[in-house]
Amino acid sequence: MMTLLVLLVIALGIIAVTQMARVYEITSKLRGKREEEISPADNRMNAKFMWIFCVLYYAFFFWLLYAYSDKLLPVSASEHGVVLDDLMYLNWVILFIMFFFTNTLLFYFAGKYYYKKDRVAKWYPHNNKLELAWTIAPALFLAVIVITGLKAWQDITAVAAPGTPEVELYGKQFDWTCRYPGKDGQLGATDFRLINDNNPLGIVTAASVAARLAELQTEKDATAKSIEAGYDHLPADALTKLEHHLGKVSRMMDRIVNLRTMMEQDIAANKEGSKYAAGSDDIVIKEFHLPVNEEVNLVLRSRDIIHSAFLPHFRAQMNLVPGQGTVLKMTPTITTDSMRDIMANPEFNYILMCNKICGASHYNMQMDLVIEKKGAYDAWVAEINKKPFEGAPAAELPAADGTVVSDSTVQIVKDSTAVAAVVTPAGH
Amino acid sequence: MGAHAHAAHADHGAAHHEHHHHEESFISKYVFSQDHKMISKQFLVTAIIMAVVAVMMSIFFRLQLAWPGEGFAITNFFLGDKWAPNGVLDSNMYLGLVTIHGTIMVFFVLTGGLSGTFANLLIPFQVGARDMASGFLNMLSYWFFLVSSVLMIASLFVEGGPASAGWTIYPPLSALPQAIPGSGTGMTLWLCSMAVFIVSALLGGLNYVVTVLNMRTKGMKMTRMPLTVWALLITAVLGILSFPVLLSAALLLLMDRGLGTSFYLSEIHIGGEALDNMGGSPILFQHLFWFLGHPEVYIVLLPALGITSEIIATNARKPIFGYRAMIGSILAIGFLSFIVWGHHMFVTGMNPFLGSVFVVTTLLIAIPSAVKVFNYITTLWKGNIVMTPAMLFSIGLVATFIAGGLTGIILADSALDIPVHDTYFVVAHFHIVMGMSAIFGMFAGIYHWFPRMYGKMMNTRMGYVHFWVTFICAFGVFFPMHFIGLAGAPRRYYDYTAFPMFDNVIDLNVVVTLFAITGALAQVIFIYNFFYSVFRGPAAVQNPWRSNTLEWTSPVKHMHGNWPGKIPEVYRWPYDYSKPGKAEDFVPQNVPHTDGEEESHG
Ligand code: HEM
Ligand SMILES: [Cu+2]
Ligand SMILES: [Cu+2]
Repeated sequence: MMTLLVLLVIALGIIAVTQMARVYEITSKLRGKREEEISPADNRMNAKFMWIFCVLYYAFFFWLLYAYSDKLLPVSASEHGVVLDDLMYLNWVILFIMFFFTNTLLFYFAGKYYYKKDRVAKWYPHNNKLELAWTIAPALFLAVIVITGLKAWQDITAVAAPGTPEVELYGKQFDWTCRYPGKDGQLGATDFRLINDNNPLGIVTAASVAARLAELQTEKDATAKSIEAGYDHLPADALTKLEHHLGKVSRMMDRIVNLRTMMEQDIAANKEGSKYAAGSDDIVIKEFHLPVNEEVNLVLRSRDIIHSAFLPHFRAQMNLVPGQGTVLKMTPTITTDSMRDIMANPEFNYILMCNKICGASHYNMQMDLVIEKKGAYDAWVAEINKKPFEGAPAAELPAADGTVVSDSTVQIVKDSTAVAAVVTPAGH
Repeated sequence: MGAHAHAAHADHGAAHHEHHHHEESFISKYVFSQDHKMISKQFLVTAIIMAVVAVMMSIFFRLQLAWPGEGFAITNFFLGDKWAPNGVLDSNMYLGLVTIHGTIMVFFVLTGGLSGTFANLLIPFQVGARDMASGFLNMLSYWFFLVSSVLMIASLFVEGGPASAGWTIYPPLSALPQAIPGSGTGMTLWLCSMAVFIVSALLGGLNYVVTVLNMRTKGMKMTRMPLTVWALLITAVLGILSFPVLLSAALLLLMDRGLGTSFYLSEIHIGGEALDNMGGSPILFQHLFWFLGHPEVYIVLLPALGITSEIIATNARKPIFGYRAMIGSILAIGFLSFIVWGHHMFVTGMNPFLGSVFVVTTLLIAIPSAVKVFNYITTLWKGNIVMTPAMLFSIGLVATFIAGGLTGIILADSALDIPVHDTYFVVAHFHIVMGMSAIFGMFAGIYHWFPRMYGKMMNTRMGYVHFWVTFICAFGVFFPMHFIGLAGAPRRYYDYTAFPMFDNVIDLNVVVTLFAITGALAQVIFIYNFFYSVFRGPAAVQNPWRSNTLEWTSPVKHMHGNWPGKIPEVYRWPYDYSKPGKAEDFVPQNVPHTDGEEESHG
């Protein structure tokens, strides 16, 4: 209602202004005044407006600063964030100086030198010294900005020391999942083809590979059956669809089998150290905890499209790019509890949000982040370690599984020829 | 087109009457015209219509941002029950509107509209040519532009809605209809529309370049060309070099969408299934896109800078300060704009060293920009400033260029970009520096050259109201957005109420929206003034602003070939305003030097 009223008032205002302009136009026509002849009164009026505007502009600026600068983000809760805040501050000082200097000159001159019949504009086409000066002056300011900025950038993006703890942040439309490395301290390998309800992150383990292959086999058999059953009466496009699907499932199985071979070779070569052996004790969880004052490598991975992990309280951000991993390194410095005290807000929580447009619910792709003291964190980790991704520890992998492996490989090869046989006649 | 008012008012007493040797049909004069002046007007009117659409879209999503979840009859009226049930904007449509708003503003209004209007109008006039190098290609350029505009508008009405992946259409979001409904037919139409648009831009651009290089009148050395022509020339070169890259990016995307290729796609699991695509890189698209995208912001901006340089010199009755430095800046900006694109990609996981290189190149570009600002200001100093509406908008441009340029320095600094990247801070920055500056340049150009285009005068008083309301609202809308962004609010969010941390600043969204509505309504004054003046405005004199450039030596009433007799010869640069020893405070370019007069240059 209120808004309707506001709109109405504005609309009426516009109509009034248009009408006034019409009236003015008619009267000026009567007086024989031409549009291109700007009257002394008009020149003076607009010149005054320039000054008034400048004052209002600065006032608005200071009001915003006054009313909002303490309502923005609180003190940075990460080590590099503090550096960034200082740097930001330095930049603002430089930019404010330039802002007020140039704007004041602009509006002052615009308001002062308005047209007067007896004034003669100064003939001043160029001055090389002056121009050189204001090429060099900004260059110097910018040099300061570049050097300080790049120093910080280098530190922030430097590769973390080997052995830095890793936590995976996994994004998909429209939520976040965390993966902790489990007892072995190492995140296991992943493959997007393994993703199913039981394995939302596609972690590679012997069991998850076998389960996925079995699942795909069922799907494949079912598809082949529907093709066979519907061969005579299904419409051609439905059949083609089924055949495409069959081909796709077969290809996927082929690739998973390749993956299995790679896994077995790698485990044979690297034993416990293999990343393929590291997955089954990983913890997949929709909670996000980090210890305070410890550097952590957030390993970012996306299931579907580009997302961005944005942690404003830590001045941290990095995209999640499907098909290629990214890393975000940071050291939280303030626990959630301390930040609650700082902000005098017992409800406060750190937040992780998505900051790359990713679809209808992009605006609500969020997860809380808890920063806690070492002790509390360790206790939390011990608790979640009781629920690893797969119950069976990696060491118990049945080595004799090899026979089954070769068996199913054969079967798949056989199957894909069968697929080819089915597809060819339908292809006309 | 409103231009047939000319025919009706041909006897308005302007000094020049030329004779039509052959009567043209309505179709060849107003529709399939090959005359640069008519094509210019066609671009302008099309752009105005597109701008109205884009502004209305911004009002719909601004209403949602200020009063999330509240229903508005007007939203429902325009978008219907499907996209605005009970007047509440749907979240997919929100993204659709944001995307199409951005696309229309950047490409259709400020590239096609701005360059199309003023390059067509001013290049032949100001270099002293009878028309563009190829009138036929020029006509095609407009018709491709119109077709692409129609396609873009048509995409609003398809099932699934328009493209909604942002104007930057990053894949995989833009490649997969499973990811967002707008990536279905809507995105296909978007890509087709842009492909046609690029053809239009290239045809136009080639024509502009050839005309400037080959068809200058006698005496029009490059160093005597008005800054408008310089800016439009470099703009055209930028377009010719960068648009083909966007075209190839778009074609590859079309192939990924339709033919199953994997240029941009790899290891994707969506809609419950793993896709076949392997080995592509979504980041490749970003490189290709921003290789156009960054020059594009200068394609938008340079014409506005050229236009306002000209207008500020004319109305300050002073030569533009540092003419050669201004040309140098345009060239430097043009060159550097090709090696800075990576500053849009600091947080994509790009190699940090590469990032550092982009920081340096980007901050280098700030130097010529700063030179331009200082030169503008010095031109005003001790001037004799005539406050025409065009002059007000030009001064407005300097103000927005300052405010937006400074925040650019934060964003160019890779480390500082991390916490503000993709937040409202960015929205504030680019609207001020690119959106508002270019729009102000466009308004300035329209007010200034309206008499040249239509042979009529626009109403000055309405121009004043239009300027001041627009100017105040521009800052009212975009200044507070810096604060919203610094509070950490991401852009392209449909609703912020799910985040208690934004409760503090969210009332600013109401402020912004109120200014946005007022500012949009102020444009009604402009549109009224524009169309009223086209038909009923008082007749213009030949050189209303007492300007030096050649377009004002051509008769008010448009004619083929622009000058009835010989093309005027040029003897001096265009900025002999208030030259000492002259009776008048301007000396047009076609006036020879008097004995002993020294040729001036910047
Ligand atoms: C009528 C005044 C305008 C208003 C109120 C307005 C407002 C907005 C808002 C609120 C957004 C959404 C930002 C986001 O969520 O990311 C937006 C996006 C955008 N606007 Fe405007 N805008 C206006 C004029 C312009 C102009 C003149 C331009 C020309 C450059 C422009 C170009 C864009 C672009 C490129 C985007 C980004 C679209 C995207 O995220 O894909 N806007 N505008
Ligand atoms: Cu997301
Ligand atoms: Cu850029």
